[in-house]
Amino acid sequence: MTTTLPRTVRTAPAAPGAPRTTGGHLQIQGLHKSYGTLEVLHDVDLEVRPGEVTVVLGPSGSGKSTLLRLINHLERPDRGFVALDGEVIGYARRPSRRHGHVLRELTERDVLRQRTRIGFVFQNFHLFPHLTALENVVEAPVSAQGRRRSEVEAEARELLARVGLADKADARPRQLSGGQQQRVAIARALAVRPSLLLFDEPTSALDPELVGEVLAVIRDLAHGGTTLVVVTHEVAFARDVADTVVFMDAGRVVEQGPAAQVLSAPRHARTRAFLDKVR
Amino acid sequence: MSAPTQTAVPDVPDVPAVAPAAATALADLPVLPARHPGRWVATAGVAVLLAMVASSLLTNPQWEWDVVAQYLTWPSVLQGVWATVRLTAVATVIGFGLGTVLALMRLSRSPLLQSVSWAYSWVFRSVPLILQLLLWYNLAYLYPQLSLGIPFGPELVQFQTLDVVDKFGAAVLGLGLSQAAYSAEIVRAGILGVDQGQHEAAAALGIPRGRQQWRIVLPQAMRTIVPTSVNEIIGLLKGTSVVYVLAYGELFYTVGVIYGRNQRVVPLLLVAAIWYLVTTTVLTVAQYYLERHYAKGALRTLPPTPLQRLRWTLGVARSRSTGRPLPVDLPPGFLAGALRRGHLTRTATRGDKSRRDTGGPA
Repeated sequence: MTTTLPRTVRTAPAAPGAPRTTGGHLQIQGLHKSYGTLEVLHDVDLEVRPGEVTVVLGPSGSGKSTLLRLINHLERPDRGFVALDGEVIGYARRPSRRHGHVLRELTERDVLRQRTRIGFVFQNFHLFPHLTALENVVEAPVSAQGRRRSEVEAEARELLARVGLADKADARPRQLSGGQQQRVAIARALAVRPSLLLFDEPTSALDPELVGEVLAVIRDLAHGGTTLVVVTHEVAFARDVADTVVFMDAGRVVEQGPAAQVLSAPRHARTRAFLDKVR
Repeated sequence: MSAPTQTAVPDVPDVPAVAPAAATALADLPVLPARHPGRWVATAGVAVLLAMVASSLLTNPQWEWDVVAQYLTWPSVLQGVWATVRLTAVATVIGFGLGTVLALMRLSRSPLLQSVSWAYSWVFRSVPLILQLLLWYNLAYLYPQLSLGIPFGPELVQFQTLDVVDKFGAAVLGLGLSQAAYSAEIVRAGILGVDQGQHEAAAALGIPRGRQQWRIVLPQAMRTIVPTSVNEIIGLLKGTSVVYVLAYGELFYTVGVIYGRNQRVVPLLLVAAIWYLVTTTVLTVAQYYLERHYAKGALRTLPPTPLQRLRWTLGVARSRSTGRPLPVDLPPGFLAGALRRGHLTRTATRGDKSRRDTGGPA
């Protein structure tokens, strides 16, 4: 499916004074996750270098969403670890007399603090329906990072302008279209100035004609230096924006490599079959 | 309705074939509402019944309306009303404050907190209120003195139990603590009703846990909590009449004392009934506006309040008869009747095509 950038989306460039987020370095090693007897992730390794865009492709049930949820510790891994800029997510490295070092599980409070470095955009937006667009964006920087409300509000308005919604600051989610809601959700994720942004099928819940406006915003971010991991079915978007493409099936990484190579000349038959089907 | 011959308008097969001249003639015809003879019969029947009730209320001297009028604003009756309202208010605060805490305990991950909350609800829902009230009133028998201090350590302050748990204290404790057991369940149901994605989104943003509950979850839970809660508060308001067993001077006990003296039982019971009606009416109105307040995120546009509707209807009528301009805040849809039928209904969240506009930002 190809998507073209609709003319209606005006993405303003970031204001010169706005602090630039620098991309984080994501390392995943030997990640395992099971629900009961069902193994959803098997020994997943992945490295995303600062500022890189990685697109994860794969059929439903291949473990893509679970991988994202493990990265920001919404789920706890059974084995393996996720590290952002060398810091293990969900655990702290502590010296131990018996083992030299151990990984001590973090309290919820500390995990919440770590999560402010990771933005998450959900398939179904999950905006807070009782708050306006602006309040949705302002909430986390103020309550999770303790920043001054006035300063955050000014920045939030800039972010809304950046996703083309400057005039919708006072609208509530239900008064917005799906595409507009998802763009507010992106602004909300950006407000905590994350060094890593995770997108879980950001356009799957949208009508086809609204997909373009959301992808345009993500494309804009891809050029902005933040590290992105995007789970999507939009192959054209992957070809256009991704540095690396990861293909997953049945909880395993089947193939990963430069976008052009994986998408045009996949090595594995499974990847080829999938790409033939979605193209 | 079967369409006439298709041959008349071969280009547009879906439109009933009516000659253009006939179509314009149709547009000129007046439109009459459908007839509902059954509805008229039922209406007449109910009207007759109402008239019978009204006439008996007015003509039967045993109601003694003059006595009712005399005692309706009697100082001790008014004091009783105030005592009832005060009891309800304090018990509501205790009931819902403690109830919210119990609900959060029940939903916490600590097994001890969960079981304590469960046991609390079990005990306080199982023991009749009237028994609880008498027990609290006899607290001084069990513990003549109460003290604040360090657990198992020295005492800091000491009270005589009878000074703290007097009639009002016992009444408020009994009503509030048993109410907490019920409101805990209401609050818990409200919290469980909030979409799991909301909890996840708040957690993914790193919002601290207490703030997640207060700012994100509870305001959304309020939409389901409010209607049942007001129901509970109304029950509590009437339930305060049970406190007469402590001889506390609330409305029901006060009227009882008065008719015990003057033997005008029915008119005085009517006085109490009227006051209960008045106070519950106030609560019902408050409920309407509370529900409206918490509907903010669930509705695209709020329907007008009855007051707005009344004002607009009068404004439109006046404008029609005198030619004065329409009210300035009149929404365009009102004249079409679309808003007059407005209910606090949830808009469809998915699959409702009208919700999605096609373009980008306007």
